[in-house]
Amino acid sequence: MTDDDGKFRDPKALEPELVPDAEDMAIPTPATEEYSPRRFLALQSQLGGFVGPLLTTALAFLMGGLVVLLTGKNPLSVYKAVWNGTGLSWFFHVGNHHINLPLVGRTWFWWDTGSLAAGNLQQTLLITTPIILTGLAVAFAFRCGMFNIGGQGQYFAGAYLAIWVGTSFAGMNHVLHVVCCIVAGSLAGAAYAGIAGILKATVGAHEVISTIMLNWTAIWVGAYLFGQGGPLQNSTQPSIPISNDIVEGARLKVFWGDPLLQGLSVGIFIAILMLVVYWIVINRTTLGFEVRAVGFNPEAARYGGISVARNYFLAMAIAGLFAGLGGAVDILGWQYRLGETDVHANTIGFIGLAAALLGRNTAIGVGAAGLLFGALLNGTSGRQLDPTIFRPDLAGNLTTIIQGLVVLFVGLNLTTIVRRRHK
Amino acid sequence: MAEAPLLELRNITKQFPGVLANDHVNFDLRQGEVHALLGENGAGKSTLMNILYGLYTPDEGEILLHGNPIDLGSTKAAIEHGIGMVHQHFMLIPVMTVAENIVLASEPRHAAVLLDYDAARKRVREISERYGLAVDPDARVERITVGQQQRVEILKALYRGAEILILDEPTAVLTPQEAQELFEIIRSLKEQGKSIIFISHKLNEVLEIADRITTLRRGKVVDTVPAAGATEEGLARMMVGREVLLRVDKKPAQPGEPLLEVEDLSVVDDRGLEAVRGVSLTVRGGEIVGLAGVDANGQSELIDAITGLRPARSGRVRVGGKDITNASSREAIDTGVGHIPEDRHRRGLVLPFTLAENLALHDYRKEPESKHGFLFPSRMVEKARRLLREFDVRGGTPLTPAGALSGGNQQKVVLAREIDVDPRVLVAAQPTRGLDVGAIEFVHRRLVEQRDAGRAVFLVSLELEEILSLSDRILVIYEGRIVGEFPPTATEEELGFAMTGGRREEAA
Repeated sequence: MTDDDGKFRDPKALEPELVPDAEDMAIPTPATEEYSPRRFLALQSQLGGFVGPLLTTALAFLMGGLVVLLTGKNPLSVYKAVWNGTGLSWFFHVGNHHINLPLVGRTWFWWDTGSLAAGNLQQTLLITTPIILTGLAVAFAFRCGMFNIGGQGQYFAGAYLAIWVGTSFAGMNHVLHVVCCIVAGSLAGAAYAGIAGILKATVGAHEVISTIMLNWTAIWVGAYLFGQGGPLQNSTQPSIPISNDIVEGARLKVFWGDPLLQGLSVGIFIAILMLVVYWIVINRTTLGFEVRAVGFNPEAARYGGISVARNYFLAMAIAGLFAGLGGAVDILGWQYRLGETDVHANTIGFIGLAAALLGRNTAIGVGAAGLLFGALLNGTSGRQLDPTIFRPDLAGNLTTIIQGLVVLFVGLNLTTIVRRRHK
Repeated sequence: MAEAPLLELRNITKQFPGVLANDHVNFDLRQGEVHALLGENGAGKSTLMNILYGLYTPDEGEILLHGNPIDLGSTKAAIEHGIGMVHQHFMLIPVMTVAENIVLASEPRHAAVLLDYDAARKRVREISERYGLAVDPDARVERITVGQQQRVEILKALYRGAEILILDEPTAVLTPQEAQELFEIIRSLKEQGKSIIFISHKLNEVLEIADRITTLRRGKVVDTVPAAGATEEGLARMMVGREVLLRVDKKPAQPGEPLLEVEDLSVVDDRGLEAVRGVSLTVRGGEIVGLAGVDANGQSELIDAITGLRPARSGRVRVGGKDITNASSREAIDTGVGHIPEDRHRRGLVLPFTLAENLALHDYRKEPESKHGFLFPSRMVEKARRLLREFDVRGGTPLTPAGALSGGNQQKVVLAREIDVDPRVLVAAQPTRGLDVGAIEFVHRRLVEQRDAGRAVFLVSLELEEILSLSDRILVIYEGRIVGEFPPTATEEELGFAMTGGRREEAA
């Protein structure tokens, strides 16, 4: 997916369907206006939008099932248990229940908000939130022709700032404190990704290399901050390499479930809102127009009067904004603290990367893929999966296997392979 | 001639998704003839030849060699049957020598594994002498000219035992002189009994070199006619399916104020070498000034410096009196420089963008397309609809990706956008490259219209015919310098001489 000058392009731009005018190619794909291939192309790209990712996911689950089979377990029952663990089954248990709405009070409701499945669903959505936000970080940069591998580091930058602001300023107004944490976290992510953007725009440093390096920098900065004797390390227990908890006033409201048992915070709405913001910025603003033009063809963008360097920087910074927001929301929504080991173990940014790839960098795609990975991650976690059906320690690996296969198949681009058979 | 054809393609049909590329095509080739395959882009010429070269399998039909059906499942099979192809884009390895390239894939060897370079060189020399194709076997391919590279491709096919040679648009990359040399080579190959299929959409060439001409249109054979007695007008009608105006019809120019003034301009290329050396020129409103030259003599850098895409090292560029030296491309556009770029895929269009988006590429920041940074796609579509109608763009709606259009229609989109910004100066770089007769006619007519509307048109082209038929004055560039100015009555030979460095002090 990298061409001669080393720039990363949207793979869509390379798909044969979009370059049927092949008079400059050695082996031309025939296309004449008379035969109107456009209807065919339009149909294919419409289908390709859904069929590709669905095919990819199905194949990954199929192969994951084979792995389960190798361990001597029944893949169907394992997947069923995973499904139950995700809590998504909650939507299918319809009955006569009640809900307490603000202002309205006790109201009749379709679903049982207090069931076990509801608890599972809260967990799933809690994990989905940062996956969507880091996914958007990858997707936005991708639209500008850059591969942002640094979602993880940008997520940390946001999380660190949220910890710092959230553990300080006790007694501040609740809403103000939350907003401060979120703004600080987002800007930290933007600034952090902006470093890679500036390097790309000015000296042409490849963003894949610089963002990977910045990931490691962020991890070790975290190890320093929360490690023993670090500036943000716990002030009451100097032997534990964990930060202080953020103050009550800086926490996001938990609107569903028990706040003490990681109920669902309003962070999920922030993620959904950001999906909408992403769609608007990309499709309905001049900034998005420039970003997409640069992403598809920097030379044509430059010819059109667009500053390519400026867009590289801006796109990277905005990408970092999303990831930084993800880090902040995670801290404010349910983690409340961060330890040295968390910093080393957290891979949410990379799951976000997989979600962006599977979701083809569209708002809907990233949202759906984020939910898929969030559900998978939660459904196979030791807490959710029934150990008599599948060993939970293996289940975690099953998630990684499916995730890896998805990324692999996205790289292979299954629809293109299917199409090529028609040559 | 009553003798049986050497090669016969019968009822070849090839269906691509959505396109019937070849529809029951019959084609035959006699021993020792040059048979031209003529057609517009997308007419199915390349598909047919790729079938013959074993790259595609036909859905229907058969191929007969010496009257016997043969199965061409791969290029290897084609080569074994004595069919060789010279692609439009050469398939040579630049860092290897001529001899190494020619013997590649069937090298003479020492001890089964090592290349016997002396034997290779000897064989190459033998073949090149036999067919009169002079090349230096030890030269590295990256250091020889395009014309010589083409010879290497032909030699490669001959080395592999080709009796039938397919030449795919062989003159597209050559200067007029090189094209003449190629024709000499083709004649000499013919004398030696080789049979040649010559693919082209250039009518004059086909008439000059071919014995018979088969015209394809929309995947079907229109007719096969002997070259003797055929006319350009008749062939053009067969190709396009209607009467085509081959000569540009234009009134005498009425030059007005100088709109584009370039003064002592020097520009360096990507490697830091001086590509444009002290060029001065003036284009007045209401005239077309043509810049002729062999490729890579500084034309691209000159255009880039005028349009704000490349900094000038020294000198001045003025548009309508305003200095735009080293301005950004946006400033150049806003000052009134329209630019039809030489490569519409690399620069002129964002192929995955819709036509509406491509048409808004310059003014997406202005009302009515956008306001306060927010786009109004419906207004972009509205404007696109108007432009697509005005410029007769076919094969797409405003929401079709630009990449789905044919080359001619893509170029119309670029033209529409550049003319719609109401430029004072229109820089047209190779505006008809890769287009077929019908589209060329359209582009030429539009350029003359722009001239008549009082705009300054600066035409840069590698096609001498285009320069001669459109320009009111002709400048010739060689190694970054303007080496002559000619009236439009100049001959191709005069221009060709100046283009290759034979300097003459010519009065305009």
